[in-house]
Formats: sequence, C-alpha cells, structure tokens
Amino acid sequence: MQIIAENLAIDRGGRTVIDGLSFTVPSGETLVLSGSNGAGKTTLLRAVAAFLPLTRGSIRLEDGDGEKSLSEQAHVVGHANAAKANLTVAENLAFWSRFLASKPPSGGRVAAALEHFGLAGLADFPVAFLSAGQRRRAGLARLLAVDRPIWLLDEPTASLDAASSDLLSRAVNLHTHAGGIAIVATHLPLALDRARELNLDKLRHAA
Amino acid sequence: MTAFFALIKRDLRLAFREGGALGTALGFFVVVVALMPLGLGPDLKLLSRIASGVLWIALLLSALLSLGRMFETDYEDGSLDVLATGAVPLELVAAAKSIAHWLSTGIPLAVLAPILGILLNLDLAAFPMLVAAMLIGTPAVSFLGAVGAALTLKARRGGLLLALIVLPLYIPTLIFGISALSAALGPDAAGGSASSLMILTAISLVAAVLGPVAAAAALRIQLH
Amino acid sequence: MQSWTQRLANPTRFMQVSGTLLPWVAAAAAALIAYGLYLVFFVAPPDYQQGETVKIMYIHVPSAWLALMTYGLIAISSFGLLVFRHPLADVSAKAAAPIGAAFTLLALITGSLWGKPMWGTYWVWDARLTSVLILFFLYLGLMALRSSLDDEGTAAKLTAVLALVGTAILPIIKFSVEWWNTLHQPSTNFTSTVDPSMRWPLLIMAVGFTLLFIAMHLAAMRNEVLRRRVKALRLQEAASRDGLPAHASAAE
Repeated sequence: MQIIAENLAIDRGGRTVIDGLSFTVPSGETLVLSGSNGAGKTTLLRAVAAFLPLTRGSIRLEDGDGEKSLSEQAHVVGHANAAKANLTVAENLAFWSRFLASKPPSGGRVAAALEHFGLAGLADFPVAFLSAGQRRRAGLARLLAVDRPIWLLDEPTASLDAASSDLLSRAVNLHTHAGGIAIVATHLPLALDRARELNLDKLRHAA
Repeated sequence: MTAFFALIKRDLRLAFREGGALGTALGFFVVVVALMPLGLGPDLKLLSRIASGVLWIALLLSALLSLGRMFETDYEDGSLDVLATGAVPLELVAAAKSIAHWLSTGIPLAVLAPILGILLNLDLAAFPMLVAAMLIGTPAVSFLGAVGAALTLKARRGGLLLALIVLPLYIPTLIFGISALSAALGPDAAGGSASSLMILTAISLVAAVLGPVAAAAALRIQLH
Repeated sequence: MQSWTQRLANPTRFMQVSGTLLPWVAAAAAALIAYGLYLVFFVAPPDYQQGETVKIMYIHVPSAWLALMTYGLIAISSFGLLVFRHPLADVSAKAAAPIGAAFTLLALITGSLWGKPMWGTYWVWDARLTSVLILFFLYLGLMALRSSLDDEGTAAKLTAVLALVGTAILPIIKFSVEWWNTLHQPSTNFTSTVDPSMRWPLLIMAVGFTLLFIAMHLAAMRNEVLRRRVKALRLQEAASRDGLPAHASAAE
C-alpha cells in the first residue's frame, strides 16, 4: 500500500499555495510535513483527505481497499478535537467507533485506546471537565479505537506536554510498524521511526 | 447503517443533555403565540379563526431558531471533518442530523401545539388534525432547514440569513398544514383534510430527498 | 471542434465578442422599446373596461416575463458552474441576480399600480402577485447569501446550490399558492384574453425588454470579469510586496 501524489497544485482563495509537489509514502512510513506558518501544511493534509479540490495533479492510494475512497480509510485529526463537551470521554469514543467503522465497537479496543492515552480513569467524565491537554488526548484516542490504515495528523501535539507527545509518537510508531501510513504536520520534532521530512518552505524556494 | 443510527442517537443524546435548545424553542413557541391575543385583542371568535395560522407560523419560527446550530457545533469542534470521512456519505450524515432535529424539535413542538390551541380558542374538533398535520409537515421543516443551515454555516449574519433563505421554502408546508385544519372544521371534514395531508406527506418526502442532497453539496463546498 | 459555449468560456474571447455585441444589442433594445412605447401610447386602443390604465400592462407583463426568465438563466448558470465548472457560469449567475430582482420588483410595483383602479387598493393577495412576491424573496436570498460569504469561490458554489434548490421548490410553491388562492377567494382571473390590437405592441415591448435585459446582463458580466482581473492583479501585487521571503504571505 502506498500514497502517491504527483505534480500537485492547490489553490486557496485565489492564491496558489502548493505548486509542483510530488511525493510517495509507502506502507510503514511516516511523512513529516514541516515549514513555517502558511507554508501549506494544513492545505496539503486537507487535499490528501479529499476535502480540497486539486488544481492540478493527482493523489491516489495504491493497493488499498479498492472499494473505499482514500478518505474513508483515513483518520483525520485537525486543530480541533472533534469531542463533544457534553458527552463523556467513553461516549465520544464509542460514537466515533460506530460511525467510522459502521459496526458496534469492541469494548476492548476502546478501553485499550483510553489506556494508551492515559485516560482510563477519566472515561466516565464529560469532556467539559477535562483540561486542554486531556481533551487533546481524548481526540487522539480515536486513532487507536478504530482501525484505519492512513493517519492524517495536523499539529497533533498542540496543547500536549512532553510526556503526552511521547504517547502520541509511540502510537504513530506502532501504527507504522503494523504497516500503516502516517502524514504528520508538526512544528516540533517528534521521536518517529522511519520518518521522512518534507519541508514545504524549501519547496517554495526551489519553485 | 450502524453509522447512520449512531449519529442520530448521538445528536438526540446531545439535544436532551444540553436541553437548552429544545427549551428555548418551546419557550419561544409559547411566547409568540401568547403575544397574538395581546396584539389583536382577546376576541375569542377572531382568535379561533386565526388560531391554525398563528400556531403554524409560530411553529416554523421556533423550529428555525434551533436550525442554526444543526451543523455549526460540529463545524466548530472539528467533528464535521471526521463526519466527512465516515463509512456513510455526507448525504446520509445530513439526513441523520435532519431526522435527529425532527425528533428533538419537530415532535415536541407538534405535541405542545394543542395546549397553545386552547389559549387561542381553537375548536377542539380540530385538535387531532392539528397534531397530525404538524407531525406530517415538520419533517419538511427539518430537511429543508438543513439546507439553509448548511448554506449559512460560515456566513456572516448567519441566523438572519437562514430565516431569509429558508422561510420562503416553507410556504407549501404552511399552506397545506393550515388547509388540512380548515378542511377539518369545514363541512366535508374527512375528504378535504385527507387530500391536504396527502400533499403534506408528498412535500415532506420531496424535502427528505432534496434536503440531504443539497445540504451535503453545501457542506462539501465548505470543507475546503 | 469546440462548441460555441466552450470557445466563449475563455474570458478574453468573451470580452471581445461581448464588446462588439453590446452596442448593437443596446441600440436594438432602445429602438424596439421606443417603437413599442409609440404603439402603446398612440396606436393601441384603451381597454373597454380598464380604460387607459391597461397601458401599465405593457410594462408589467414583460417585467414579469423577465423576472421568471432571469431566474431560469440563473438556474442554468448554476448548473453550469456546479456540473461543468464553466468559468463564466458564475459571472453570469452573479450578474443576473440583481437585474432579475429589479425586474421582479418592477413587476410587483406595476402590478400593484395596475390593480389599484380595479381592486380599489394597491395590494391584493392575488395568486399571481403572491407568487411574484415569493420569487422576489428567492432573489433576495440569493443576493444576501452571496454577500455574506468572504471567499468568492465558496460564495459562488453555495449560491448555485441555493438557486437549484429554489428551482426545484418553485413549482411546488406556485402550486400551493394557487391552491391557497382558490381556497380563500373565488377565482379572480383578471387577465382574460388580450385583444389582437394589443397583442402586437405587447410583443414588441416583450422583445425590447428581453434585449434590454441581454444588454444589461452583458454589461454587468463585463464589469464582473474586469473586477475579477483587477482583484487577481492586486493579489499578485500584494504577494510581491511582502518584505519576507516567498512563503510568508500565503494563507494557511
């Protein structure tokens, strides 16, 4: 399985944000997007998730599940946590498991996901009671609760301390070691195995 | 379909747990109806003649009040992006959210209407038809409202704009909702009401197809 | 072989063709409307019932026709934008909306003036007037939605979705308003038949108004194309004037 992007051009609001970009991410690898604010990290991630139309070029998934689109096989984590303040952590996670996999969640997986992100004790608390860092982890827990081969993470470490960032790095490493693909936009260096960096600033200067 | 029902269930749970939206809509319904006699005078004959129209218009305005939040909260907390990558297409996401809106707003408003009918001296014989017409007509309110809610998701002045866009689309529902009631009070009660209810059903069915498709198109455009 | 719509899709080509066409269409519209008005005021007979007030009809009927036709044009343009991504489709839809709204308003005002001597009041909830009023609301919705969105591309597509929804609902609205009207008052169908002596001036006026619409629409489309070019140039300039190197001005 691999994601192949060829000769991409993406416009936003009349400006060409990304021009002439090509890359390949094979199974078991992480692509780390770096670059300053406005370099187009979010734009590129949203284009891979098929939220944005491409002005030119193509993004395709090779050897994936042929019956599903790339975005149906992808986890997207954006700047916001996609967790409802009035539902408990466990309810939020159970909902996303049902919704994303379209089958009843296995209790074990949800519990393991909570355990990994250190939320086991907080499962029955409404998200409204949680701190910013805890909420972020509650948002990230769905990565482990539902099995999807592609992870698209936009600044996943926002509002996480060093220890929590390590939990995330470990989750991404487990995912890629199991043959998954991850594309991560981040400011901070993360301890990721088998990661390649794509600096969007350098791309600009080259263009 | 697990995903579809999971979303309906989540939205219902949120609606009842947050409570505020439903309470506000019901409160608004009561206040608007109560203002009518104060504005028009307590003439019971006049009130009973205009009761069905007042109730329907007040219902539409109350439902409108809660429509604005249909996609807004999901957009603000990032859920909309995740909903767009689900096992069901966005059309079904919009349909599920419309159904949840109908269950959590349309039905309570329809059930409350007879009580307000008493305040307006509506003929008791019309009560069953009032509730029936509102239950059959309000799905169109939710499904067409979803289109307006999706279109105005990122708009400035969202709430006012939503009313301007959506209220004209409600005219058929309003006309046949009221016509079912006036037929029920007329000489040929059964026949007249039945045809109005049938058309009301047709309008709701058209809205159930058109609404989610248009709302999903509007949402996709705004995922950008 | 490209179709003519594809060739015109190129905005530069459109500017050339429309630039040549515009003065001729405008002149033809002026000539036809002048001739039509001459016929209306000096040739066509007054109505045996309505007298001279029937002359309002020669403005009212073409305006009402254009009110509907323009909405149809917006619907087709919207379809062209959403399905074929035709680059001029949105220019057409955007330019048409205020013109259509203006003709709709004109139809409402002339309708109400025409009604005054007949009904004894300026406004009667007649099925036809009510439908035109609702059409006016739909135009207002289209313009309000477009103006309240910041990103032009998003605004164009969302307005197109609304226009198509309106097109789908409009027949249902028309049907319900007619039902409502027969329910509340016995049919007051005042436009019975038009006498042949009135038909000819009416036709001239209708064609003249249609040409007037085309001239206004072309002019508005040209303005919109120019405005977009200016905006693109200014965006380029804004990017080039940024003090920081390269990437710093782009949107996230």
